Amino acid sequence: MIGGLFIYNHKGEVLISRVYRDDIGRHAVDAFRVNVIHARQQVRSPVTNIARTSFFHVKRSNIWLAAVTKQNVNAAMVFEFLYKMCDVMAAYFGKISEENIKNNFVLIYELLDEILDFGYPQNSETGALKTFITQQGIKGQHQTKEEQSQITSQVTGQIGWRREGIKYRRNELFLDVLESVNLLMSPQGQVLSAHVSGRVVMKSYLSGMPECKFGMNDKIVIDKAGKGGVTDDVAKSTTGKQSIAIDDCTFNQCVRLSKFDSERSISFIPPDGEYELMRYRTTKDIILPFRVIPLVREVGRTKLEVKVVIKSNFKPSLLAQKIEVRIPTPLNTSGVQVICMKGKAKYKASENAIVWKIKRMAGMKESQISAEIELLPTNDKKKWARPPISMNFEVPFAPSGLKVRYLKVFESKLNYSDHDVIKWVRYIGRSGIYETRC
Amino acid sequence: MPAVSKGDGMRGLAVFISDIRNCKSKEAEIKRINKELANIRSKFKGDKALDGYSKKKYVCKLLFIFLLGHDIDFGHMEAVNLLSSNKYTEKQIGYLFISVLVNSNSELIRLINNAIKNDLSSRNPTFMCLALHCIANVGSREMAEAFAGEIPRILVAGDTMDSVKQSAALCLLRLYKASPDLVLMGEWTSRVVHLLNDQHMGVVTAAISLITCLSSKNPDEFKTCVSLAVSRLSRIVSSASTDLQDYTYYFVPAPWLSCKLLRLLQCYPPPEDGAVKGRLVECLETILNKAQEPPKSKKVQHSNAKNAILFEAISLIIHYDSEPNLLVRACNQLGQFLQHRETNLRYLALESMCTLASSEFSHEAVKTHIETVINALKTERDVSVRQRAADLLYAMCDRSNAKQIVAEMLSYLETADYSIREEMVLKVAILAEKYAVDYSWYVDTILNLIRIAGDYVSEEVWYRVIQIVINRDDVQGYAAKTVFEALQAPACHENMVKVGGYILGEFGNLIAGDPRSSPLVQFNLLHSKFHLCSVPTRALLLSAYIKFINLFPETKATIQEVLRSDSQIRNSDVELQQRAVEYLKLSSIASTDVLATVLEEMPPFPERESSILAKLKKKKGPGAVSVELEDGKERGELNGGADRGGEAAIAASNASTPSPSSDLLGLRSAAPVGGPAPSAGSLLVDVFSEAGPAASSTRVNDDGFLSSAPPSAASEDPAPPLPESDELLNKFVCKNNGVLFENQLLQIGIKSEYRQNLGRMYLFYGNKTSVQFVSFTTTVSCPGELQSQLNVQTKPVEPLVEGGAQVQQVINIECLTDFVDAPLLNIKFRYGGALQNITLKLPVTINKFFQPTEMAAADFFQRWKQLSQPQQEAQKIFKASHGMDTEVLKAKLLGLGTALLENVDPNPENYVCAGVIQTKIQQVGCLLRLEPNAQAQPGEQMYRLTLRSSKDTVSQRVCDLLAEQF
Repeated sequence: MIGGLFIYNHKGEVLISRVYRDDIGRHAVDAFRVNVIHARQQVRSPVTNIARTSFFHVKRSNIWLAAVTKQNVNAAMVFEFLYKMCDVMAAYFGKISEENIKNNFVLIYELLDEILDFGYPQNSETGALKTFITQQGIKGQHQTKEEQSQITSQVTGQIGWRREGIKYRRNELFLDVLESVNLLMSPQGQVLSAHVSGRVVMKSYLSGMPECKFGMNDKIVIDKAGKGGVTDDVAKSTTGKQSIAIDDCTFNQCVRLSKFDSERSISFIPPDGEYELMRYRTTKDIILPFRVIPLVREVGRTKLEVKVVIKSNFKPSLLAQKIEVRIPTPLNTSGVQVICMKGKAKYKASENAIVWKIKRMAGMKESQISAEIELLPTNDKKKWARPPISMNFEVPFAPSGLKVRYLKVFESKLNYSDHDVIKWVRYIGRSGIYETRC
Repeated sequence: MPAVSKGDGMRGLAVFISDIRNCKSKEAEIKRINKELANIRSKFKGDKALDGYSKKKYVCKLLFIFLLGHDIDFGHMEAVNLLSSNKYTEKQIGYLFISVLVNSNSELIRLINNAIKNDLSSRNPTFMCLALHCIANVGSREMAEAFAGEIPRILVAGDTMDSVKQSAALCLLRLYKASPDLVLMGEWTSRVVHLLNDQHMGVVTAAISLITCLSSKNPDEFKTCVSLAVSRLSRIVSSASTDLQDYTYYFVPAPWLSCKLLRLLQCYPPPEDGAVKGRLVECLETILNKAQEPPKSKKVQHSNAKNAILFEAISLIIHYDSEPNLLVRACNQLGQFLQHRETNLRYLALESMCTLASSEFSHEAVKTHIETVINALKTERDVSVRQRAADLLYAMCDRSNAKQIVAEMLSYLETADYSIREEMVLKVAILAEKYAVDYSWYVDTILNLIRIAGDYVSEEVWYRVIQIVINRDDVQGYAAKTVFEALQAPACHENMVKVGGYILGEFGNLIAGDPRSSPLVQFNLLHSKFHLCSVPTRALLLSAYIKFINLFPETKATIQEVLRSDSQIRNSDVELQQRAVEYLKLSSIASTDVLATVLEEMPPFPERESSILAKLKKKKGPGAVSVELEDGKERGELNGGADRGGEAAIAASNASTPSPSSDLLGLRSAAPVGGPAPSAGSLLVDVFSEAGPAASSTRVNDDGFLSSAPPSAASEDPAPPLPESDELLNKFVCKNNGVLFENQLLQIGIKSEYRQNLGRMYLFYGNKTSVQFVSFTTTVSCPGELQSQLNVQTKPVEPLVEGGAQVQQVINIECLTDFVDAPLLNIKFRYGGALQNITLKLPVTINKFFQPTEMAAADFFQRWKQLSQPQQEAQKIFKASHGMDTEVLKAKLLGLGTALLENVDPNPENYVCAGVIQTKIQQVGCLLRLEPNAQAQPGEQMYRLTLRSSKDTVSQRVCDLLAEQF
């Protein structure tokens, strides 16, 4: 039960303030500004408790979104709502910026009225919302009574996310597997923690009310399929591929959970347009696309020598892109010389780091950078904490090993079959927090 | 570096600051700062020498970054380098950086001190000032150590410039405040005083701050400053407003200096020299006169400056408290301000008047403004001013206007601010009690108070009403009637229910004759409030019910019905349940006679200091309560108070046993375990009989109630001391020989003698039976800290005591230091197989070590005055429990061990004694004064006992001991 929702700009000025419950007073707005936005120490926790009131905040560029409550709510639900709220706003007016929010404040209040009722989240499906909350205002559109009642029955009906009577000449379907891989590695190359969080995002342009069925190489699904007298090994041999262990996953509201529970199959009537079908997380058998080997040597009190080698660890035919290695420098750095074999490297004083960028790199290659850092002797006896070397990249495969096995479309009423649908599948693996200690 | 930017401008710094200000977010700001820090680091790397300008610029940037809240860990060296520059701007930035960022880095401090030393010894006044400011800003111990000797020299040197002198004086003041031990007084102190005569007003202003601070610590060394200050003040006050030119502020000559001079004079008593005093009085009169003059300017600064001097002068007048004329004038002046439209002035006027009210000269003058003050209390918009008005009303209250003031305060209480309500309530309660002429008024006032501000009435207030009502027979009926009426209101505060319950329980019979307040009506009224009250109040009401049963037997059935109901007898609260069960049993088992004894009216409370006053003192801090209780007699008349309140008393009179299952009155354990004497007659009667054989297993309480003692007779551990043992102890305060203890089995006699800090005591154990005592052992123990205060040695006794025989035991006692408790004597023996276990207090009290001292009257009073600190004195006022026979009193005082001094006190009825308590560690001189009011009615006779000794614990203890004797 969210008590209220506030949006601030970077200075802490209130742009949007909507209070849903009486227990949230006027001072709550100021309390958050004073204690979080203008706090002396940067507040790193997304949940702040001030005077028995909980504030949940997310930041988009320079904009703060804060949900307030006095009750003991499910924090995950509140954050889910805040992110959904961001998505909805982005779908309506693009980038979330102070300018855009100020220009669309009427719309935002309208949206807030719709997606939260007395603090309880309601239907926040962008597609459905767009049918009755429009940017043109009431006069701009000429909806007949019939259309309006249709909207009502659809939004309040069983399949609130898809309206009837959609028609496409070409039935097309795009499927993206987006993963971000997180890693913390010791200087000796030991994996301290690693996990992949992934999303399956779909864009569907299908006519009618199609029934879809999605299959992937998940252990549970495959094991289920393999039951009926066949052992695991046989199942593996029949599929010919390794199956993966998904730790936990969540589905879009369109997926029939009862069917997933009973039959382990993911079947659904898809919303029209783009949506996120599922989200998952894996922690086992992760393919780490890059290995970072750091070498740091302190030469006296005034000099530091750093050498970093990166090795790409995937099929040579694939190309990684947008590679960036960030090597932190001590706070008393007074000068840096860098030599690298590939790409460009630069010392960025404002970030206290050497940033090394490589545009493209094929699999099973290696490259290295060496830097000499000059230090200024200081009064402080504090030792440099040696923060980890972090890395960013993008690779065209799923580091978790997830594979899409099938996506079948059935539409009984209209005369197109599974074969007529054009399907596209794409895998993108990105780095999350990908760090190696040095 | 282009020549253009080499001015004072520092363009790079300006650009950097504007960059920071334009940052959109915190992250952007941190990025910009990191970049700048990296830049400065690369510049400071030391490859090439930097010129003074860039050094200054970068140090400035570092300073700015530091002030933004980021850590700076370099650049100190560069800043120190700047100190040795010859350019003012560079030196200034260097000093600025040092004062803001210096830490106790040893090598740097040495360099900095060196640079400061160079500047101090240079003849350049600006450099000297910079150095002095730096010392003052840092003000660390290291700085003080290095320069505390140097600065006084600069201050008093003849050739120092005025501006430097000013800085030096203020710098020295700062060092003195930071580390007073390092600034040593020397010959310079006398010369500092003469700075008051300096030509330059700035120097005088700076010096006077220093002198005020120094003289408050060592008043004697700076005594000479008084006459100088007075002459300076008179010169300023009498000067025309244009004389002082730069130091005239909106037509007021040197207001700051005047204020400081007046404040300095407040450190000293009034000058003894007549001429100086005359001049000062003249000054003060001039200031008061000037306040009357029409303002020379409409500007607020003019009146502010004028009033500042005026208020400072008034506080000086109050401080002296010796010029009735001036006090009255000050009071009149303040009276004008009471209606001023400036809120601050009204506040200050009320505050100053509060102190004036406590002066005997101006008390009457203050009282003339009562209407204005009451008006202020009612209409003032600022809560702090209202608070001061309330304080003033409290301070100006006396017998003549008490009724009016209390009424006004009560009516204000209804609308008073929440923050001051509790304090107001306490004040009303105190005033009502202190100046009460008739008690019905007092009762009315307090009940009104509870009605109006029940939430803010603390426990102490209503305890007090009950104490007073119980101690005063004449108001009891009226009080019962009033509370009965008050309780009839549909909603009344819980505190009112408590008072009502207590008073009706005690004195309900006084109004029972009226059919409108018949017993049943009273009970129903109380019981209608029962369910709305908290647990402690309910407990109190239950006690009131049982008292009702005693007062009105006709209500017994109704009340028993209530007690028997499930909501009482099965209450989830242990205390309530137990009370219900016990009272029910008590009312059904005990006969009316027993009931009447058990539930007798509460005895009067002992007279002590009002607990409310103590509470107010605690609330406001010491010194805040300006009105002290006037006189011992007046106190005795009214303060029937006890620290433990009514609730405590009622609890004590109830059988509140630790476990609910334990039997009422401890009947189960009352069956004497080893008791040879058969219980005669009714068990209850037996229990109540004094010093029965059960005394060793159950303890008899004064109130006739028993608390269930653990069955200690069977255990081997020493039994807790008998409850009578304190009484026994008191019996022996003034005598050395006698019977310490006696029961059916055993008699203990005692004989003792004391010399200096040593004593010897003979104990005689007599077996009264014809059977021998087996395994007879006695042990003397010193519990707690007594062990370190008293050294006690005993010789063991024979384990066998034949029937009718007597054994003797010798105990040697050495007093190490003063003590409070008495050593415990534990006696164990088997009588007919049953273990007897008795613990007594040995009558060793501090007064046994008195050595009498004879002295003459003058001698006595001189010593009396020497012991005038408040903690050295202990005083008690108490009712005479025996007759006031002169010979008996004298004998008792002599028995105490002191010398009774004749013809010392001007009042022949008073007794004065003196003695020295000898302990091993020290000797404590002790003076005593006992004032009886023998003329009073028997029963009303009171004593005031005052003790002064060089040790506070001794005064208190001897006072306590002695108070029990008369």
